This record gives sequence, C-alpha cells and structure tokens, in this order.
Amino acid sequence: MTYSDPILTVQAISKRFMGRGGCVDVGFDLWPGEVLGIVGESGSGKTTLLNCLSGRTTPDEGVVLYRGRDGEMADLHAMSEPRRRLLMRTDWGIVHQNPRDGLRFGVSAGANIGERLMAVGARHYGAIRGTAADWLGRVEIDGLRIDDRPSTFSGGMQQRLQIARNLVNGPRLVFMDEPTGGLDVSVQARLLDLLRRLVREMHLACVIVTHDLGVARLLAHRLMVMKEGRVIESGLTDQVLDDPHHPYTQLLVSSVLPA
Amino acid sequence: MTAATLRLSAQALCKTFTLHVQGGVSIPVFNDLSFEAHAGRCVALAGPSGAGKSTLLRSLYGNYLPDSGHIRLWHRKDWVDLTQAQARTILEIRRETLGHVSQFLRAVPRVSALDVVAEPLLALGVDEESARRRAAELLARLNLPERLWNLAPATFSGGEQQRVNVARGFAPNYPILLLDEPTASLDAKNRRVVVDLIAEAKSHGAALVGIFHDQEVRDAVADDIFEVESYKEPVA
Amino acid sequence: MPEGYNFAYLDEQTKRMIRRALLKAVAIPGYQVPFASREMPLPYGWGTGGIQVTASVIGPGDILKVIDQGSDDTTNAVSIRRFFSKTAGVATTERTIDATIIQTRHRIPEHPLHEGQILVYQVPIPEPLRWMEPRETETRKMHALADYGVMHVKLYEDIARFGCIATSYNYPVLVHHRYVMAPSPIPKFDNPKMDRMPALQLFGAGREKRIYAVPPYTSVKSLDFEDYPFEIQRWDQPCALCGAADTYLDEVITDDVGTRLYVCSDSDACQERQKGAA
Repeated sequence: MTYSDPILTVQAISKRFMGRGGCVDVGFDLWPGEVLGIVGESGSGKTTLLNCLSGRTTPDEGVVLYRGRDGEMADLHAMSEPRRRLLMRTDWGIVHQNPRDGLRFGVSAGANIGERLMAVGARHYGAIRGTAADWLGRVEIDGLRIDDRPSTFSGGMQQRLQIARNLVNGPRLVFMDEPTGGLDVSVQARLLDLLRRLVREMHLACVIVTHDLGVARLLAHRLMVMKEGRVIESGLTDQVLDDPHHPYTQLLVSSVLPA
Repeated sequence: MTAATLRLSAQALCKTFTLHVQGGVSIPVFNDLSFEAHAGRCVALAGPSGAGKSTLLRSLYGNYLPDSGHIRLWHRKDWVDLTQAQARTILEIRRETLGHVSQFLRAVPRVSALDVVAEPLLALGVDEESARRRAAELLARLNLPERLWNLAPATFSGGEQQRVNVARGFAPNYPILLLDEPTASLDAKNRRVVVDLIAEAKSHGAALVGIFHDQEVRDAVADDIFEVESYKEPVA
Repeated sequence: MPEGYNFAYLDEQTKRMIRRALLKAVAIPGYQVPFASREMPLPYGWGTGGIQVTASVIGPGDILKVIDQGSDDTTNAVSIRRFFSKTAGVATTERTIDATIIQTRHRIPEHPLHEGQILVYQVPIPEPLRWMEPRETETRKMHALADYGVMHVKLYEDIARFGCIATSYNYPVLVHHRYVMAPSPIPKFDNPKMDRMPALQLFGAGREKRIYAVPPYTSVKSLDFEDYPFEIQRWDQPCALCGAADTYLDEVITDDVGTRLYVCSDSDACQERQKGAA
C-alpha cells in the first residue's frame, strides 16, 4: 500500500427512513493517519452516515470500500457477515457516545480491554492481563483499577476505557460518535489530548461525529458539514471554520459561544 | 530574484466575504492581486488597517480560500496550487514547506509549551529528544522563563504566548514562512531576537512574507514592501 | 399400563417431531435445535425437556434409570421414574450398568457408560452465551460464525476475581471443535466424562424449547486458558461411606454444631462399592 491509497472510499451513500431523514449522496476518501470530522446539528444525518460507514446500517444506495491490510479494496456491504465481523474486531474500532453501548458493564475493566484479544484467539490469561494493564496506563487509568467494573468509573474514565478496549489490538480505522459528549470541559480536554496522541502514534484513520466545533478543530484534519442529510461544505478544518462559505456553516460557526 | 529563487507566487487573487448571517452583505477585500516571494528574501505586506493584509496572509496559508486566482508554492520540487489542492496535500505542505506564525496562539489544553514548540518537528519525523532540545533552545533564546516550559500556554500572558508561537513557527526550517505581526506583544529585547531569527531564516534560504506593525522591525527585516491597499477596488 | 395414555404419554406425532429434532442434533453435535416443546404434566424446571426426549426414544424393552444430583431416590427422580413405569410400563433400575436409558438432572454417573446407552440431560438454560449476550438473534449469529470470544471474557473475569476459574458447574465446552455448548448444570467434575463418551448424550430444554446432542465418541473440550488449564474439583478426604477417592462428593451436615461428612453424590456407585467391600 502506498501513501496515496485511501483506506476508506465512500461513494454516493444514501439512506432514508420512510423517505425522510438519514443522509443523501455522501462521498469522500479517507487516508491512514487522517481524522475526518463530521459536524452538524442533531438530526442532520451524522449518526446515520456513521452507521452506514461502520457497517451497522445498510445504505439504500452507494458503496463503502475498505482497503484491507492486503491492499485490496472490498465493498463493506457486499462482503460476507463473518468477514465483516472479523474486520470489526481486528481492523476497526467504534467509540460510542454512551459508554453503556460500548462497554460491558457486567465485567471488569481488564476483561473489557481483553475481549478483542480473546475474540481473535488470545488464550494466555497472563499475557491478556498484561496487555490490558499496559493499555490502562496508556489511557491514563490507574492500573490498580484493572479488576473494577466500569460502573465504578467516572464518565471520562469510561470513555478512556472504551478507547483502550477499541485500540488494544491495533485497529486501522476508528469511528467515534460524540466521544466527548456529556463530559466536563476539563475531562474533555484530557480525552482530546489523549486521542490526538493516539491518532498520531498509531497512524489511525478516524471518522469523528461531533456537534462541538471546538472538538472538531482540535481533532479533525478535515471537516464535512452536514445539514438535512447532505454535505453542504467540506474541506480543511481551519478553512471551513475560519472562512465558511455556506450560509448554514456561517450560522453554525457564529453561534458558538466564546469561552 | 530569478525564476530559480521563486518559492511562492500569487496570481490574480480575488477575495470577497459574503456574510449570509448578516443579510448577505458582501465585503470585498482584494481584487486581481498578484505577488511573489523569493528564497532568502522577506516581503512585508503593507497598508492601513483593514487593507486586507491578514486576509492575504491567511489565504497564502490556505486558511482562507480565495474566490479566484492561484497561489503556487514550490513544494517537494514541484509547483502546487494551494487553491486547488486537496486538504491532505495542504496539510502536507504545511508540515513540510509552509510555516505560519499567527498573531494569537491557539492553545491546545494540557499540552506543555515545550511540546507545542516541538510538535511540528515530531510531525516531520524528528525524534523526540532532538525535537525537545531544539524547542528548549528556541524558548531559551526568546527568554521564556524555564519554569513555564512544562506548563500549558493557555494561562500565559500575551507576550509569553506569542514567544511560544514564534518558537513553534521557527522550530523547523520551513522553506516558506508567513508571519502575522510576530512582534506585536513583545518588548524590545525579544523583538531583536525575532529580527535575528528572521535574518537566520533568510540566510537558510527561506522565503518570508510578513505583516510587521512595528516600523523598526519592518525596516530591519523587509527586502520588499508590498502594498495591499492598491488592490482594494474591483478592476473596472 | 393404565388405559387412556399413549405409550410413554406423548402422542406419536409429537414423538416423530422430537425424533426429527434429535436426528438433526446428532448430525450437528452441540448445535441447539429448536423443537415444539409440549406441555407436560409437571412444572417447567422439573425436567420437562428431558422427559420429552426420553419419551421419544424409549421402547418397551428399555430399562430406565433416573437420577437427580446423582441420587436415585430424590423426589424428582422418583416421580419421573414412576411417570414412565405408569405410562410406558418399562422396567426401571437404579444400577447404571443395567440401564439402557439414563435420564439425569445435574450429574453424570460415576460408572463409565458403555455403547448403546443413552444419557438424557435435563437442561434449564441451553444457551452458553446467554450470560454475556441477552439477545437470542445475536447469540444465534455468534454460534453460526463461531464468534466465541465472549466465553473467555467470562473465564477471564473468574480468574481476575477469584484467582482461578471459579465456574464450577455448567462449565462451557467446545463440542467437536465447533459449537460451544452448555453441558447443563453438571459439576465441572463430570466434564471430562463427556469427552469421547461411548454412550449417546441427548439434552432437552423444555421451557427454552431446544434439543442438542453429543454423539458417541465425540470430542468435548472444556474451555480454558493456556496458563489456567481446566481442572476438576478435588477433595481432601475420601467418601465417608464407601471410601472412594475419585468420585464427586456432597457435603452433608450431620448435627447442629457443624459436624460434616463427605459422601458420594452418586448413590448407586457408592452402594456398589460398599457391597463390594463387604
């Protein structure tokens, strides 16, 4: 694979619900190491798009092509379920807005991190636990908490645990749905800093849905602005935010309360 | 100044802001603007406040998108048009070729001053130790007290933030460097450090474009003066 | 045999339906086959699944043994044994080696089973993935794709919490290198007996309407970790009645001051040994 090959190619994705809502005619390429931000208000189709991209919803039209480690492009929605599931736990990660959707609350932090390893055949308890402890450290959670359940963690820690659980086996593409939603500002900052570092160190490709333009500016290299299911403006993050052309983007940017 | 020294060439740039939120009012900034920047030289953008100096500088960085015209940059031994380039190409250009010292530091929470300065070097693949050494060297030269190096600059004073910003811009030896009032909040001593840094960059063969409010600094660094004001009115 | 009942209570149509499910279950070892479980004249949880399986495979020449936790004389075992002697008129026995069909709740007899015997398990919850995944649609997919990582999450959690795999009964197994299966709530002590057993093993879950099977001589492996291999329970003392040191023991409290006794849970095996010693 050369530097110039995208890892994800999305062509004219549409998904409507009873003729309305959803997303319409969305397309883009994503390269390794690149973070794409999708911004827009609630109901603008961001989450539907993310679900189509990550294989959880089948679009009505359009294709999502993923370039595997072998360099071959494969149509996500045409591939077999076993292959898609394998990708989900080897190559992809999904960080949910609500930790309850992305963590197992019935088992310890260590088991949460170890699950992906065990899913791909790790069978050495000591090694799994060692890796889990290492990742707790990388997401700045005290290693002594390894046997505690996520329900005893704060919101920020739960999000960091979700990140560790997703990144533990070195995925290449990560989807994040409002990863900082519902967190205190100081906790957000820590999470953003962590994400920036991990994206750079692991050369991750990342699609991040957020309605927070500050988060988008800090994390995303590129932005797509969505309104009523369509992409109305896209480009370099600072260009879209500092020199917005579409009336809606201008409204969005001018509506942010200064700190 | 020959074709061989040309690093940046802006041709027939037009930029008008349309403010849809405020009833679609149009604010023309410049029209049919062309200019060049050469290796080893510094162009000072001149003109009164509101002439469009900052807008031009931001357009040259790809931060603003001109309505028409071209901005060609010498990047990886080839000419790239910034107005047509893909986002990731622009990011690559910013990483390797095009530096920018903005007027205000956009501080990332929790990242220390030293890391803010070292970051562009790390992005270029410089190892952590060398990057931090270079960052420390620049912060020391700009007289930023060492006790601040490991703190996040968000709480710094304007002058301290600006010195972090300048250090960050000069950390890699960018072939093209854009400077937006790099000395505005600095005292005389640090202004002289910035003048020295600019002189060194020129001697390395960098092409610089800057806005210098301070007459003394401008006289010290500028090889050419470019009047932005004269491109204000649309060509009839 | 009283008038008014079909042989072995169930009507022939129902038996045929269950036999079809059994054939499929035997053909796909460890796979849970849905079946149209009937209302039986005893409550769910008392072995309705096991009884339907037994009723579908039993013939007039069979000799039936029924055990509950290893014992032939507890209420559940006695009432099921009576049920079949009334409705099918078959001979019953308490001796493992004499039985052709053994219906069991929560134990495998200590005496090794032989070819031609059928062991029928009563199963309360047939889905081994249920503890980690509540959605039936999802567990079916997980079985179909052999997506079994979560089973080890449960074992990991045991070790993290208790220092060892603390799951001591209904310990999950991998059947024929393919399907993860719940062996019903037998103690894990009995798990090794399932592996390559010469007898046919049938599992019936009446409330959950599932049948599954392990054909004779099929590989049944208990899940584990490389550094925490599967282990069975052991006791510091032999059976207080027969002296056996290699059987599953029950703890019996004999007075109000905590005096306790360890005795075989398999009453037949224990008595046989006592007779042999006498």
